[in-house]
Amino acid sequence: MDFYSFLIQLLNGLQYGLLLFLVASGLTLVFGIMGIINLAHGSFYMLGAYLAFALVSSTGNLFLALPVGIALAMMFGVGLEWLLYRHLYARDHLYQVLMTYGLILVFEELRSLIWGDDVHGVAIPALLAGSFPLTDNLSYPVYRLAISAVCLVLAGGLYWLIQKTRLGMMIRAGAANREMVQALGLNIKLIFTLVFAIGVALAAFAGMIAAPVSSVYPNMGAQVLIICFVVVVIGGIGSVWGALLASVLVGMADTFGQVLLPEYAGMSTYVLMAVVLLWRPEGLFKR
Amino acid sequence: MRSPTRLTVVLLAILLLLALFPLFGEKFYVQLAAKVMIMAIFAMSLDLLVGYTGLISLGHAAFFGLSGYVLARFAPQYAAPSLWTSLPLALGACAIFAAVTGLLVLRTSGVYFIMVTLAFAQMLFFVFHDTPLGGGSDGIYLYAKPEVKLGEVALLDLEDNQVFYWFVLGLMAAVYLFLRYVLASNFGRALVGIKTNEHRMRALGYSSFRYKLANYMLSGTLAGLAGYLAAMQFGFVNPEILSWHTSGGVLVMVILGGMGTLHGAVLGAFVFILLQESLSNQAWFGPLAKHWQLALGLFIIAVALLLPRGLAGLAQWRNRHG
Repeated sequence: MDFYSFLIQLLNGLQYGLLLFLVASGLTLVFGIMGIINLAHGSFYMLGAYLAFALVSSTGNLFLALPVGIALAMMFGVGLEWLLYRHLYARDHLYQVLMTYGLILVFEELRSLIWGDDVHGVAIPALLAGSFPLTDNLSYPVYRLAISAVCLVLAGGLYWLIQKTRLGMMIRAGAANREMVQALGLNIKLIFTLVFAIGVALAAFAGMIAAPVSSVYPNMGAQVLIICFVVVVIGGIGSVWGALLASVLVGMADTFGQVLLPEYAGMSTYVLMAVVLLWRPEGLFKR
Repeated sequence: MRSPTRLTVVLLAILLLLALFPLFGEKFYVQLAAKVMIMAIFAMSLDLLVGYTGLISLGHAAFFGLSGYVLARFAPQYAAPSLWTSLPLALGACAIFAAVTGLLVLRTSGVYFIMVTLAFAQMLFFVFHDTPLGGGSDGIYLYAKPEVKLGEVALLDLEDNQVFYWFVLGLMAAVYLFLRYVLASNFGRALVGIKTNEHRMRALGYSSFRYKLANYMLSGTLAGLAGYLAAMQFGFVNPEILSWHTSGGVLVMVILGGMGTLHGAVLGAFVFILLQESLSNQAWFGPLAKHWQLALGLFIIAVALLLPRGLAGLAQWRNRHG
């Protein structure tokens, strides 16, 4: 593998990893703060991708579709938390698994009823459709670089939100001691709803910006969900920074696995997880 | 021996009814009942983990599928394999896989355990989906059911619909009795102790990890038995049997019937498969039958929110209030 092919795979791995981070960060936040294991989190990614498909078909522009899609996803998250998830905070993980498994079935069938079972494509916006030439015959698409850049900005924004703002302080306090926060007069229910909606929006946003490169297809959420579980396990549950590091590791393992050992690539991320578990059973960053 | 309890009497009556069923039941329903009983073995094996040790596995399909694939790989192309060699091989593979993954997954607990078991099952999915070992997404066909021969004499003709049914029924009853025996032993009591308070059990000198590992291997091996029977009944294996929908489905069965009771798992398998079959029945639901998982999903959500002890708990609740 020469230097430029290596660079291309490196950038691909980074882009895939950062995209995973957007989904995994919501999963790990929702677990770390509310103690909910959410199997339906992958469905939010799928929802985003299908929203991108539907909104780009009607508006013709991904840049217009994005804010509308995020707003819709936020509202969806708020409604879902209020209607269903709220009742599971105090319950055993078993029932959380059960309910969110049921939700996946419902979401998949609704997707099938609304959008059908065909694979759809979403056009890359014209502004980002070009590619950077690397050598005479190798080039790298601008859109993939843009994905990485946007994800990095969002990761920075998440850091700022959690560590530097008043809301972030409340979120961290709520994760550490729920009763104490309530006793201090903060509305913990509202904070939980907000965190859940942010998680939904992050996953949906990831699905929306991934749609032009990955296409839009049935059951796309399940695949992402399981990889995100691996990310969360490697990174340490509840740790956003662990999730960031683990996402990039998993992205690299998967991308280079597909180049070097195509038949065994599907397993590479799981082998990585097994190694990390042997070494640190609680993940790289234990909270 | 204690005098037979009401439960024993009920179970014996059900066993008798089940044994008589193929004599008057239609072929389709006999096959369906055999499928339910195979899934009941699968659900009981998971109940051992979820209900008795508090370990929520979302990757139990790994053993179910592995065993089926071992049978399919071992079977000669167009001839019948021998049960005496293929069954121990399939179960042995499951026990070894359980031992190796158990060493890793049992280092974790709680929500980690859920995610890691799912991840390892998914790994196995990719092994059989992507590598030449598994025959891709189409899977492998089994052209003949295993032979049960003693010397040259065929003991059971498993190709026969009724014989296969009784064979499965016998195994289900055997697994139930075996697990009852195991759970009443010191080993079983230690498991329940670990579920209730692991620290105390360790303080009492029990090596809780070894107990959990042994239980995990037992559970995986029994799931393998169910997978072997399922592969035999359907006549093919494909990666779908390893998918997390299989793992999720069997977990639903255990919770639905009420966990930690064994017969609850059997009841759950029965209700789940019947629900699946009737919701996807086109004669009853027309075009909606294609989207039967919508109704199933709503049903599962309702159970999770409203019935903390499953359907078995519903009966208890009625006894107390009705």
